[in-house]
Amino acid sequence: MNTRASVQPRAGHLFAPNSASRVRRNGAYWLQAWLPKLVLAPSVAAALFFVYGFMLWTFVLSLTNSRMLPSYEFVGFAQYARLLSNDRWLVASTNLVIFGALFIAICLAIGIVLAILLDQRIRHEGAIRTIYLYPMALSFIVTGVAWKWILNPGLGIQQVVRDWGWESFTFDWLVNPDMAVYTLVIAGVWQASGFVMALFLAGLRAVDDSIIKAAQLDGASLPRIYWRVVLPCLRPVLFSAVMILAHIAIKSFDLVVALTGGGPGYASDLPATFMYDFSFSRSQIGMGAASAMMMLAGVLAIIVPYLYSELRSRDRG
Amino acid sequence: MSALEIRNVRKDFGRTRVLREVSLSIDSGEFLILVGPSGCGKSTLMNAIAGLEPVTDGSILIGNEEVTWRTPAERDIAMVFQSYALYPSMTVRQNIAFGLEMRKVPKAEREATVERVAKLLQITPLLDRKPSQLSGGQRQRVAMGRAIARQPTVYLFDEPLSNLDAKLRVEMRTEIKKLHQTLGTTIVYVTHDQIEAMTLADRIAVMREGRLLQLGTPDEVYNDPVDMFVASFMGSPSMNFIPAQLVRDEHGISLAIGAASDPYRLPFPAARTTPDLDAWVGRRVVLGLRPEHISERTPWGEEDANTHPLTTEVTVAEPTGADILLRVRLGEDEVNARVSPKQNVTPGDRLPLQVDMARAVLFDPERETRIA
Repeated sequence: MNTRASVQPRAGHLFAPNSASRVRRNGAYWLQAWLPKLVLAPSVAAALFFVYGFMLWTFVLSLTNSRMLPSYEFVGFAQYARLLSNDRWLVASTNLVIFGALFIAICLAIGIVLAILLDQRIRHEGAIRTIYLYPMALSFIVTGVAWKWILNPGLGIQQVVRDWGWESFTFDWLVNPDMAVYTLVIAGVWQASGFVMALFLAGLRAVDDSIIKAAQLDGASLPRIYWRVVLPCLRPVLFSAVMILAHIAIKSFDLVVALTGGGPGYASDLPATFMYDFSFSRSQIGMGAASAMMMLAGVLAIIVPYLYSELRSRDRG
Repeated sequence: MSALEIRNVRKDFGRTRVLREVSLSIDSGEFLILVGPSGCGKSTLMNAIAGLEPVTDGSILIGNEEVTWRTPAERDIAMVFQSYALYPSMTVRQNIAFGLEMRKVPKAEREATVERVAKLLQITPLLDRKPSQLSGGQRQRVAMGRAIARQPTVYLFDEPLSNLDAKLRVEMRTEIKKLHQTLGTTIVYVTHDQIEAMTLADRIAVMREGRLLQLGTPDEVYNDPVDMFVASFMGSPSMNFIPAQLVRDEHGISLAIGAASDPYRLPFPAARTTPDLDAWVGRRVVLGLRPEHISERTPWGEEDANTHPLTTEVTVAEPTGADILLRVRLGEDEVNARVSPKQNVTPGDRLPLQVDMARAVLFDPERETRIA
């Protein structure tokens, strides 16, 4: 399109047509070249304003002493200092590390194993695939509420097992301050591992069948074939899966609100719930903004090196 | 010693019969080619030999050992795949060594084997590359290297050249032949390309619809086909099938071609007439003649008792460089002929040709089987 736009007017010049038609034609070419940019402009502007603009504003607010309403009285990095000495923030960030690591690792493990099992050309694969994938269709609020009931010691698993006769059975993680964060892992894994399975199943299906046959002839056992030959082909899939799971883990807010409400106390707080609580319920906008910037920094610290190494190795082929 | 023996192997997929009672045996060091059109069961037979697909019935022996129910790894075979099937995440070195590693060969020995194989196939400079950085021909070499490294009893090649371009295919064909001659290995090779089959094989097995039609040397399969299918499958352009009537005249048995009122007569070689052939006198048969047996007249042709003159109209001429392929009229049909490029041919000309009946074959027009 661009080449035509630049070549044609010159041809017009050679044949020297009247200048009015040349102007009109130039106008048409100008429109043709700029139309895609014009159409894209509103969304680019919106993204710049709402994403990067607000990011910048949040950063500015994190340097002020804003409480209930934004103020522009700058106090340097005092809010960050307060944040880092706040016990609740330390609990929330530790929880994020525990939740994030377990959530990503367990989702990947379960997802990969399910995908490999489903890849053995079993019957009713389509139905089973759908069943595993369905939790992903639910909102985290629904998942959270459902698991809140299941894990509630007076209603759920604990009560059922006790009703069966095992009177001393205890499964009270939901109300145990030391274990509450692991209930988040259970619910999160239940929701997302089917999705990881779908990703890996698609990847496995793309692997050439004869590679597996060749490995069989070479004398490799089935686990070894997957570990040494097939899974290394799925690095790009692993990359996407980790990216998606990591962002789900970091922005987990609704799951915590619905399942534990951050409790007992603030034992299962995550940075996202911390940020919301401080900014909007406890009138500490300055500190909330500082915590938001810390989350952003955390995300960048993980994603940027990974992205860099992944893209570089892909260039090398 | 027979390296591989297949006894009455059958394979059904549900109600579809893919292999029906196939039996064959290959000597150690022999190069066998399985050839046939797609869907003839040759790849299924190959997979059955490899152990990648269980057979429904029958038995398979490798090196005089029954292996019918063994896993592929326990069969002492190596396979080269059409898509090369190199492990994409490993270097060439790791690819070649993987089979040895799985068989717990010590590291030093593994490295020595990789070096030796790489030298043999001239891929030493490529050893540390990934498969994605190689060309098609190089990948093909690596795939062969992976098979050679293991030194199995039988090598299986599953259409190994069909993903290469025409020029490279001819080069690699020669290379495989050379490799077979230097290593003296036993090879089973599947292809649908009859030229590959003719050039490479010690023996050819022609398959169709799950049956083994003929097993013989390239010369036997080409010159002495068991039926019309084998005759038409081998050779390019394929054999001419000319409807004719078998008659007895002063020369013995002859074939009358074309209009009943004024037929063109071709005497059948007296040395090849059998008593069975007498039963066909007066009946319709199919005469099979290779294009190269209809050619320009030669001095020796006039003295040879089995060579007969034919002057006929040329309808199409296709020069190939090495020779000219012609469509010429014979009786009511057109047949393919092959003449020397020195001939000056224009379509529409009447050209003096000769027909060499020494290698002519006769078929039953209904059952398509060979008569003589």
